[in-house]
Amino acid sequence: MESNIITINENELTFEPGETILEIAKRNKIDIPTLCHLKNTIPTTACKICAVEVRGENDLVESCATKAKQDMIILTESSKVIQARRKSISKFLASGNHNCAVREFDTADWTSFQLDVLKSDGKEDLCPVWGDCELQNLAYRYQVKTKGMPLNGCKYETERANPFIIRDFSRCILCGRCVKACREIQVNNAIEFGYSGKDMKIIAKQDAALKDSDCVFCGECLQACPVGALVPDKIFRDERFKDTKKVRTTCSFCGVGCQMDLFIQDNKIVKVDGADTDLPPNNASLCVKGRFGYEFVSSRERLTKPLIRKDGNLVEASWDEALNLVAKKFMAVKEESGPDSIGVFTSARITNEDNYIAQKFTRAVLKTNNIDHCARL
Amino acid sequence: MTNTIADIETSEMILVTGSNTTENHPVLSTFVKRAVLKGKKLYVIDPRKVKLADHADRWLRPAPGTDIAWINGLMHIIIKEGLHNKDFIEKRTENFEALKKTVEAYTPEYVENITGIKAKDLIEVAREFAKASVASILYCMGITQHTCGTNNVKSLANLSMLCGHLGKPGGGVNPLRGQNNVQGACDMGGLPNVFTAYQPVTSDDTRNKLEKIWNTEDMSKTPGLAVTEMIQKAYEGDIKSLFVIGENPMVSDPDLNHARKAIANLDFLVVQDIFQTETSRMADVVLPTFCFAEKDGTFTNTERRVQRVRKAVDAPGEARQDWEIICGIAKRMGYDMSYENSREIFKEIATVTPSYGGITWERIEGKGIFWPCPSKTHEGTPILHTTRFTRGKGLFHAIEHTPPDELPDEDYPYILTTGRVLYHYHTGTMTMKTNGLNMLSPECFVEISSTDAGKIGLDTGSMVDISSRRGKISAKLKISSKAMEGTIFIPFHFAKAAANKLTNAKLDPIAKIPEYKVCAIKIEPAKV
Repeated sequence: MESNIITINENELTFEPGETILEIAKRNKIDIPTLCHLKNTIPTTACKICAVEVRGENDLVESCATKAKQDMIILTESSKVIQARRKSISKFLASGNHNCAVREFDTADWTSFQLDVLKSDGKEDLCPVWGDCELQNLAYRYQVKTKGMPLNGCKYETERANPFIIRDFSRCILCGRCVKACREIQVNNAIEFGYSGKDMKIIAKQDAALKDSDCVFCGECLQACPVGALVPDKIFRDERFKDTKKVRTTCSFCGVGCQMDLFIQDNKIVKVDGADTDLPPNNASLCVKGRFGYEFVSSRERLTKPLIRKDGNLVEASWDEALNLVAKKFMAVKEESGPDSIGVFTSARITNEDNYIAQKFTRAVLKTNNIDHCARL
Repeated sequence: MTNTIADIETSEMILVTGSNTTENHPVLSTFVKRAVLKGKKLYVIDPRKVKLADHADRWLRPAPGTDIAWINGLMHIIIKEGLHNKDFIEKRTENFEALKKTVEAYTPEYVENITGIKAKDLIEVAREFAKASVASILYCMGITQHTCGTNNVKSLANLSMLCGHLGKPGGGVNPLRGQNNVQGACDMGGLPNVFTAYQPVTSDDTRNKLEKIWNTEDMSKTPGLAVTEMIQKAYEGDIKSLFVIGENPMVSDPDLNHARKAIANLDFLVVQDIFQTETSRMADVVLPTFCFAEKDGTFTNTERRVQRVRKAVDAPGEARQDWEIICGIAKRMGYDMSYENSREIFKEIATVTPSYGGITWERIEGKGIFWPCPSKTHEGTPILHTTRFTRGKGLFHAIEHTPPDELPDEDYPYILTTGRVLYHYHTGTMTMKTNGLNMLSPECFVEISSTDAGKIGLDTGSMVDISSRRGKISAKLKISSKAMEGTIFIPFHFAKAAANKLTNAKLDPIAKIPEYKVCAIKIEPAKV
């Protein structure tokens, strides 16, 4: 009788029929790296990074696309695996503008390398995702030497015409994660692989800027990109070494209640990501408003002081003055015209706790049931 | 929603109506689109050819305001072909005979006359819906914002019960709630007729119980007024004072010219908000408050999942929390209302709200909990009505089609329907502070079919004056494949060209919801 057990790196693990090696490893916190796989999408096996050794088989197998079989014995970091992984990583590093693997360059080389890089992307700083790049992480993890590696030019200009998203084709490794995110997760079908061979590129519509395509700027691609090919147009990338606090909360736009992580620097939201891929209700997806529509929080137009109308104009007042006036007026109206001459519009925007207090106040203090909110509007 | 969002992907057949899901609930729409990728059936029934229709097996186009007719039509076909779930009807429902009698008249041909939906298409949907092992209905304001909104919803419930698609995974009747915490605001008793968890204000027992807990007496046993009614009463002079928290009725209410007069007629208006709004500019006192990123608390989403909101940044200036401000007013009115923090408030909520009784902040730290969750050991309720309906047996309502309050005529020949666009939210006070969103959706537009644009002799980008019996606005024309002949769509976000100057304030008699989705207008080239 089959008991659905496999062995990964000497750990005996149970699996559900149909589970892939990668899924079992992830579930058991065994790290198998991958650059192209995106959870909940069909594996493409494009990057080969996740290939592992299965005892008894000559060739390595892609763990993202190989279903577990009874009594399989798997090694995820054997010398054969590591050798193959280093080869794949080298190939990616050589494929475009990846000026991050600085270790193996001597001074002369480094300078010319940097100059070439600057020439090609026209920017005087490092890659915007330096320190937050999956390819860079892998290069260090597997000590991939980049010395002597020629810098590959890119014929495609960086696209800066869009709101929110910059597309730097020189750093794209064509892993296809963004296409998966767009077509299989969000199903917006805005981007795809275009051209062939050396000219291959991720395109929107007939190779238009995102803003002129079917793109709806959900940013799922941005979140999926393992490298610096898709980056937010916000300052976050320039200030990535500052202290950053991450706070998980619930989105404040529609009623879906997406879970998201706010990245905070100096009391300001600098980035929003969808929370974990296995956390409902949104499984890490967001829409354009949730991901990018946060500027209102730190807007200079925010109200910061109570205002009272005096001689026809709203002028700043102290809290005591404002609250005393409101209380006095409510009491006077209640006294003169009865409790039902006062009404309260509570809000579908504020918390349960706020709403509870608003209705308690209306009923227990004002003594009316004239309370409602914009559910109907 | 009777069911969960994740449930949508497990359905066999999804019927979406009156919902522009990809723009108004973008992330939820991904569940629908992914279901289609997995081979599930999708039917979209909507007066606009919304983007989701591109993913559907078929899109059916009813004339605006004819929903009861096509839903009755579906039920007519299902009963006639014997595809109804006799077992479910027998065991779980009552009043089937009355329904059967009413829908008898709604033959596919009769329905085609009213709605414009082709008989053969209606038959196809009826068969698919009834034969599916489980089918989910998703609807939104396109169903509710009518003078017959309540009856529209009851009709969808009839349809689902008729096929036994309720109370199980992948099924249900699922309203998509439009605002982050509209579910919670209702659950918390932010409604004129109920306390928390929908306990009626007319119940002596509930009032007595709450008076003790709240340490007060003589609470009103008369249901109060809905938002829309308060505006009317302000106009008539019976409402003297309004306390408006986080709302902007001067853009969101119907028939704005009338609403403006009503608000101007108040003796005393208090507005509590994070920005100056069209409404706060008319106020006597404006109180600055926190936004979501500055608060600790909870929101309840459209699937009844109670989730945490966590403070990430400090609020600007002297702004205070909403509850704190209200407590400050209460105290000055001689009522002691003080709390250490919002967690303490939630503890009180749990004691007076049976459906939240078992929920604590600790328990919802991870994934949230679906109410009802009556006790500390209860896991929550992802799917409603699994073994019984709230009232026991599900009641079929026999409902006849009623036309909208205002239909086109010679003077006002077009139907106007309003809604939102992807890039803005409600009255735009928040989204219009983000440049990128303004870049993607800079201004109001008048969505029109190419046929109608041809008739007027104008093209995309031309300024037009749009007027109804109640008001006039000017905006640019936008020819779109979403629009059908005779029906115009205008988003209501933009105060400068506020669509609600045109809308009809006529209400559904039960839900008091205005008929935003149908009123009569005319379009003319803008006078320079």
